[in-house]
Amino acid sequence: MGKQATRITVNGKSHARVVEARLTLADFLRHELGLTGTHLGCEHGVCGACTVLVDGRSARSCLMFAVQANGCEVTTVEGLTPDGGLSVLQQAFIDNHGLQCGFCTPGMLITLTELLRDNAEPSEQEVREVLTGNLCRCTGYAGIVKAALDAAQRLRGGTPCLPSPASGAGK
Amino acid sequence: MMGAKHFGARVKRLEDPALLAGRGRFVDDLKLPGLLHACFVRSPHAHAMVGEIDSRAAMAMPGVHAVLTADDLPESMRRTPIPMLTPNPAITAARTQTVLARDEVHCVGQPIAVVIADSRYIAEDAAAAVTVNYDVLAAVADCRAAIKDGAPRAHSDLQSNVAARFPLAYGDIDAAFAGAAHVFEEAIWQHRGGGMALETRAVLASHDPVADVLTVWSGTQTPHLGRGMLADLLNRNIESIRMIAPDVGGGFGPKAIFYPEEAVIPAAALKLGRPVKWIEDRREHFLCATQERDQYWDMAIAVDDAGKILGLRGRMLHDSGAFLPWGIISPYIAAVTVPGPYVVPAYRIETVVVLTNKVPTTPVRGASRPQAVFAMERLLDHVARELRLDRAEVRRRNFIQPEQMPYAVGLLFRDGKPLVYDSGDYPKGQETALALAGYDSFRERQRAALDQGRLIGIGIGNYVEGTGLGPFEGVTVRVLPSGKVAVATGATNQGQGTRTTLSQIVAEQVGCRIEDIVMTIGDTGAIAQGVGAFASRQAVNAGCSAQLAGQAVRCQIIALAARALGVNESDIDLDDGHAIAATGNKPTMPLGELARLAQGIPGVSLPAGQAAGLEHTAYYTPPQAAYCSGTHVAEVEVDHMTGGVKILNYTVAHDSGRVINPLIVDGQVQGGVAHGIGNALLEWMRYDDNAQPLTTTFADYLLPMATDVPTCAIAHVETVNPLNPLGVKGAGEGGTIPAPAAIISAIEDALAPFNVHFAETPLTPERIVAALRAAGAYERLQSA
Repeated sequence: MGKQATRITVNGKSHARVVEARLTLADFLRHELGLTGTHLGCEHGVCGACTVLVDGRSARSCLMFAVQANGCEVTTVEGLTPDGGLSVLQQAFIDNHGLQCGFCTPGMLITLTELLRDNAEPSEQEVREVLTGNLCRCTGYAGIVKAALDAAQRLRGGTPCLPSPASGAGK
Repeated sequence: MMGAKHFGARVKRLEDPALLAGRGRFVDDLKLPGLLHACFVRSPHAHAMVGEIDSRAAMAMPGVHAVLTADDLPESMRRTPIPMLTPNPAITAARTQTVLARDEVHCVGQPIAVVIADSRYIAEDAAAAVTVNYDVLAAVADCRAAIKDGAPRAHSDLQSNVAARFPLAYGDIDAAFAGAAHVFEEAIWQHRGGGMALETRAVLASHDPVADVLTVWSGTQTPHLGRGMLADLLNRNIESIRMIAPDVGGGFGPKAIFYPEEAVIPAAALKLGRPVKWIEDRREHFLCATQERDQYWDMAIAVDDAGKILGLRGRMLHDSGAFLPWGIISPYIAAVTVPGPYVVPAYRIETVVVLTNKVPTTPVRGASRPQAVFAMERLLDHVARELRLDRAEVRRRNFIQPEQMPYAVGLLFRDGKPLVYDSGDYPKGQETALALAGYDSFRERQRAALDQGRLIGIGIGNYVEGTGLGPFEGVTVRVLPSGKVAVATGATNQGQGTRTTLSQIVAEQVGCRIEDIVMTIGDTGAIAQGVGAFASRQAVNAGCSAQLAGQAVRCQIIALAARALGVNESDIDLDDGHAIAATGNKPTMPLGELARLAQGIPGVSLPAGQAAGLEHTAYYTPPQAAYCSGTHVAEVEVDHMTGGVKILNYTVAHDSGRVINPLIVDGQVQGGVAHGIGNALLEWMRYDDNAQPLTTTFADYLLPMATDVPTCAIAHVETVNPLNPLGVKGAGEGGTIPAPAAIISAIEDALAPFNVHFAETPLTPERIVAALRAAGAYERLQSA
């Protein structure tokens, strides 16, 4: 199986590895780097549990090979989490019961982090539409939608959502 | 509860911070030194004889450690089927599967061999290189076809596909029908879907040869039951097996079953002397995880001129798939759930449980109750339509009244006890839901919508659900010398917030801070006996055990503190991790110090009456099921051109007894409704005539999305359960149960101008359009 040298910056830290070309980005994050916060729910790009930011844009890490992320900056749920605390969005998930089993949650947080970065005042309908790329079987979405709107409101008060905003400018 | 700080409060969940930070510990997150990975070779045929298995090419691949077939398994599990935990004398073909098939396969996906390799990538390559010769047999896909003469048999050694047949009856049904002013009939069917937890099934096994302990981490709802099954199949001392359900990404019923992989992976780890992990992929989940809902009902209702029910009779066919891993639990629950909150003087139903060559059906959130409620509510809508009564009024005229509680239905429930509703106020539940939903003003809304060319409708669904089933659950409470309070339980957590709920109860009793509770959950190493999560049972069983164990430890603490502080026991209060005396200069002692004191002094006898340590284990066993109830009201808009349905408003009035944590119960209700919406409109596990599954991705099998599920208006109608110390009833499934009934009723109401009727789920846009076409709706619209 062909191997390739790959350098990926994940949550601000650069990782150089020689990996099989067929290794998915999700498996690279989970098993090569031990960043197991990114979850796999379907491995065919529908459920959204594996969503990460690649160069600031949300992407399915199950549908990308790690080598395709060569030279990219990747942000995972671990990268959304401030040292010793939680982000505004994460706290809003607690306050609004935005999670039950927690398996879809990392993907939800990534998708909503992107939304709130790009749209400071989303409507409920906009939140719901952006969440159609993330399936949740437990919550019926009500708490997630509420958490997103609550976080947006708190952020408009001035608290940043990403502890260190990922660059959207590309490589 | 007097002065309750935690019980009944919207306590934020203790589970959340780790899960939000990406620090959950799901099975696939666990990594052990020397870990190997597994991939199963599965039958591509729904029914076949298994011939030669050639694994030479697979074994020759670099990184492959083993290819195991049934012949390579321990003798004890080679040909022994997985035990059936729920026997019933009505079962005439008690079929369960062997862990790896050797002779005959009965559904697509049945495991035949397992490849163990250095990585999952290599294991999957090698599994594809294993060749198996099959002699393909005729398969049976439809339970209606399966009971006909000459139908292919799902198991070639059986003379019939009928696995069980059981009649249930009370009252004089023939007289009820003979004397009835009106008799109406409905032919109803519901198709199967899955639990579809976001985390697929997962097993990791590791044997420690020094301690001779086999540790199995499984994404299961029932680790204690699983450990028992595994001990039987391995013929191994149960005390040398530890099964742990770590963080589990959703359950919904299918993870309560013990699966072949949970035996094969431990057997492989023992054989190879290395830890082995298997993570199910989504396609395998569609093929192999149990499903539910395939039922066909032919029902008739007898009523008087006022719409009062005189009797109900009929027959139900239940498709059990290829095996009966949970016996006939689902169809039995269906048959006894039909009468629901209504006075039904006479009832007779014959249930036929049928084997087909599809994945087995076992309880999925609601456990056949959605089907039974759908049948009953469709019949009542039929009565309302024919007698020109309001649908709410028909129900009102038939409700069991609160003063009739406890109410004996006249059947035995699946807990073996008479079906006696402990408590409930069904009329109040419906009135609460109707008021919240603006039912009385709906016709005005409907007319206004119609003026804009929009078709909207409203529908009602009522249900009673037997929750909190035994046999028991256990909780140990132990005060540690550090002042922390250790809690262990056989209850499990797949997202229900079990940790939070039990912590609320224990903290209340022991007088500690909730964050000082250290809970071990879903670990057979932590408590001797356990059962697990199903039947909305944990708040009742584990909740009451937490209460009883907490109370016992509270008494121990108070007795010890009174002695240590030299005051009367009645003068001791427990708060914020301290025993506090109400007298003198109000001396206090921290719980940790008392825990040390309770250890005694080496060699010195304890004072009379003092227990060793501050510790108690309680196993609460409920006397019978706890009957929760509720009313759902759905308001929908139907696009008559596309058949698209949008749920505009959804209202729930729910009685789960005393609510321990409203945040969590509301979450259960809302999530349950989402599942019910999926069953009503979207989720359809399709098979072809050869029982080949056709929907094996989330692109083909549709789960509800954020745009499909409205935020429900929820009201709690609390009637206290008199039969358990907390007064609680279950809450996990009620959200799902009446949702299809309410939604389909609302669709029918929206399309009332076209006089179309529906008696099926899921009701997809194509079937709505087909019904409108058959009713001549489009011709009428063109000529209008």
